[in-house]
Amino acid sequence: MSPLVSTIIAVVTSLNVLACAWLIWWTARRRPNEAAVGEVTDHVWDGDLRERNNPMPRWWLILFFLSILFCFVYFLLYPALGNYPGVLGWTNTGQYRQEMHAAREQYKPVYAAFAGRSVAELAKDRNALALGHSLFANNCTNCHGSDARGAVGFPNLTDNDWLYGGSPETITQTIEQGRSGVMPPLGAVLGPQGVDEVVAYVESLSGRSAPTAKVAAGAARFALCAGCHGPDGKGNQQIGAPNLTDDIWLYGGSDAAIRKTITEGRNGTMPSHAWLGEDRVRLLAAYVYSLSHSQ
Amino acid sequence: MNHDIIESRLGLLTVLILIVISVGGLVEIVPLVVSSADSQGDVKIAPRPALQQAGFDIYVREGCYLCHSQQIRPFRSETERYGAYSIAAESQYDHPFQFGSKRTGPDLARVGGRYSDDWHRVHLNNPRDVVPESNMPGFPWLAKASIDGVLMQRKLKVLRMLGTPYSDEDIKNAPAAVQGKTEREALIAYLQGLGIDKPRGSGGEAP
Repeated sequence: MSPLVSTIIAVVTSLNVLACAWLIWWTARRRPNEAAVGEVTDHVWDGDLRERNNPMPRWWLILFFLSILFCFVYFLLYPALGNYPGVLGWTNTGQYRQEMHAAREQYKPVYAAFAGRSVAELAKDRNALALGHSLFANNCTNCHGSDARGAVGFPNLTDNDWLYGGSPETITQTIEQGRSGVMPPLGAVLGPQGVDEVVAYVESLSGRSAPTAKVAAGAARFALCAGCHGPDGKGNQQIGAPNLTDDIWLYGGSDAAIRKTITEGRNGTMPSHAWLGEDRVRLLAAYVYSLSHSQ
Repeated sequence: MNHDIIESRLGLLTVLILIVISVGGLVEIVPLVVSSADSQGDVKIAPRPALQQAGFDIYVREGCYLCHSQQIRPFRSETERYGAYSIAAESQYDHPFQFGSKRTGPDLARVGGRYSDDWHRVHLNNPRDVVPESNMPGFPWLAKASIDGVLMQRKLKVLRMLGTPYSDEDIKNAPAAVQGKTEREALIAYLQGLGIDKPRGSGGEAP
């Protein structure tokens, strides 16, 4: 703020405190012809309501003046008067930086123990997994569940079935950069009958029974899908296209769910978590890797 | 001299009380008003697009602020979980502001980009579908209600009057921007835009 405003604020603040001190002093001082302590004064309200002269106790007055004194000591040490920074130079952000710095120093040895070790190796380290587990609980459970088994639309991380690959490198990449999967809506391209047939064929891929005629027709139409899911429907981890032959369904494997996926498309998004920092991403990756690679 | 002088003159008593009270206001409020630089910093915050502003209004209407704050304080325990601490400039276009005072749910000041749109869709419909232990109520009706484009345009005009720098073009295009959108889409757009001007990084410094 400008020096003028700053000065006004400082003066008004100080005067206000001084005025409080003066007010108490003024009301507490004895007057020439006032009643003796504990005696009835000449104030009368409503005809018969009288007031006694009961001064404030001395200990209370002393405490009050001490608090006034405290006030000025505080003004001197902390930023309370306009732009004046105070003798201690305390700031809110300064305190925050100090807190962060202290924490960094405190946790440095914890992370140092895991530095330079591979994800696969960390996945066998009990301490790394404990840390990874709490990172997972703080950052991942809202989508993947506290048991990491996922939910409809959010992958199960425990079944060793991977959309983008389950190697330590791809898991790290997924956490760090995020993923966005796109299944385009094909309802308009295929038409109602076409969707029916492709649904039947997709169901047959994972060994479920479906009308043979529809399956055959669907197989012919599957060329449209093969670009991403592969000619045999086994998917493509490069682009996150799911394997359709393993009877594991991200959006549900019911007839209706598969129909909806084909007709309306899907957009699975894993947000980037690069902000966690390299150390923590590696520990998280190790934890996720360990879920499907128990030793 | 005694109390009678003040106590028997209501007008004088009122004036003196007003003087005493206004000292607090003078010291606490005036500096923030006269020096906007202190509260806004160097950060340039763009006003919310019409769809997000529609989402903001739904956020207020549904009382989200009763359980969610939008104010990350400069403590490690908060920045580790929610991201860089909030600064005043980030709330400058919120009418009314959404700092909140209670956290039954998590702080939302930097929730933008944290979850996918799909997640928000499921979660707003029935939170327990993705977070079994959640006690947040579902808001299934948002998926059915649509946004009134003409009303939205009028709202932007009022906001401009209040100081949000919407351009003529923003206001002209407002109805088209919310055309055919559901309240749920608007709310998700708003949530996805929250706090993304700053990095979320743990221990993130305010810029």
